[in-house]
Amino acid sequence: MNVGLEHYLTVSAMLFCLGLLGVILRRNVLVIYMSLELMLNAANLALVAFSRFNENLTGQMMVFFIITVAAAEVAVGLALIVALYRKRQSAHVEDLTSLKL
Amino acid sequence: MAFPDILFYLFAFLTLLFGALVVANPFSRNPVTSAMFLVLTICAMAGLFVLLNAFFLAAVQILVYAGAVMVLFLFVIMLLDLKEEQRRKINLFGIVTGMGSVLGLGFLLMRTIWGGDLEQAANPSVIGDTKALGLELFTKGQFLLPFEIVSVLLLVAMVGVILLSKKELK
Repeated sequence: MNVGLEHYLTVSAMLFCLGLLGVILRRNVLVIYMSLELMLNAANLALVAFSRFNENLTGQMMVFFIITVAAAEVAVGLALIVALYRKRQSAHVEDLTSLKL
Repeated sequence: MAFPDILFYLFAFLTLLFGALVVANPFSRNPVTSAMFLVLTICAMAGLFVLLNAFFLAAVQILVYAGAVMVLFLFVIMLLDLKEEQRRKINLFGIVTGMGSVLGLGFLLMRTIWGGDLEQAANPSVIGDTKALGLELFTKGQFLLPFEIVSVLLLVAMVGVILLSKKELK
C-alpha cells in the first residue's frame, strides 16, 4: 500500500494525542509548554500533508505563519514563566493555585 | 516497497518515539532531557517535511524550532535552576481522565481519517521550495496583509517580553 494522505494524518493525530497527554499528565510548567509545542507541530504536519496531496501551496503558507506566531508565543510564554518563578520560586502547576477559590 | 515509503516509516517512527520520550521519559524527569528529545522530534519531523516536498519549511523548521526556540527553552531551564523533580504522589484522577480523553480523541481522529475517502491527487507534483513559496507570498496579494500583521505581532511580542522581564513587575 502506497503511503498517502492517510498515513501522514495518522502520524499527525498520534503526535497530537501525545502532546495532549503531556499537557494533562505532567506537572512541570516547562514540560507542559514543550508538549504544547508538540501539538502545534502536529497541526503543522497535517497542514503540509494536505498541501502536498491537494496540489495547493496555501497550506504551506499557513504553516509559515504558524511558525512565526509560535516563535513569538514561545518568547512571551517563557517570559511569563520566568516572572512567575521570581514571585513563587516554583515551576510546578500544583504550587500555582492563587486563582483557586 | 519504494524507497520514499521506507523513509516515511523510518521518520514517522522516530518522530513518535522521540515525542513519547518528551512526554514521559522512564529514565529521567529532568526538563533538559525533554528539551533535547524535543529537538530530535523536530529534526525527524523536518525529514517528513522533505518527503512531502516542503523543502523551505523543512529548513525553517530546523532553523527556527531546533535553533531559536529550543535555545530559548534551554536558557530558561538553566536560568530557573530547577532541581530534579522529586516524585510526587501519582495523581490517579489525572491519569484516568487524561488517558480517557486522549483515547477518545485518538479514536475519533482515526475514524475520521480512515473512515471516509479523502480527496487526494494520484501523483502530486507540487514542490514547496523557496521560489514557489516566495511567489505565492508576495505576488498573489492574498498574503500581503497577514505578512504585515505578523511583523507587527513580532514587534509587540518583543516589547511585551522586555516589559515582562524587567526586575520590578508593577
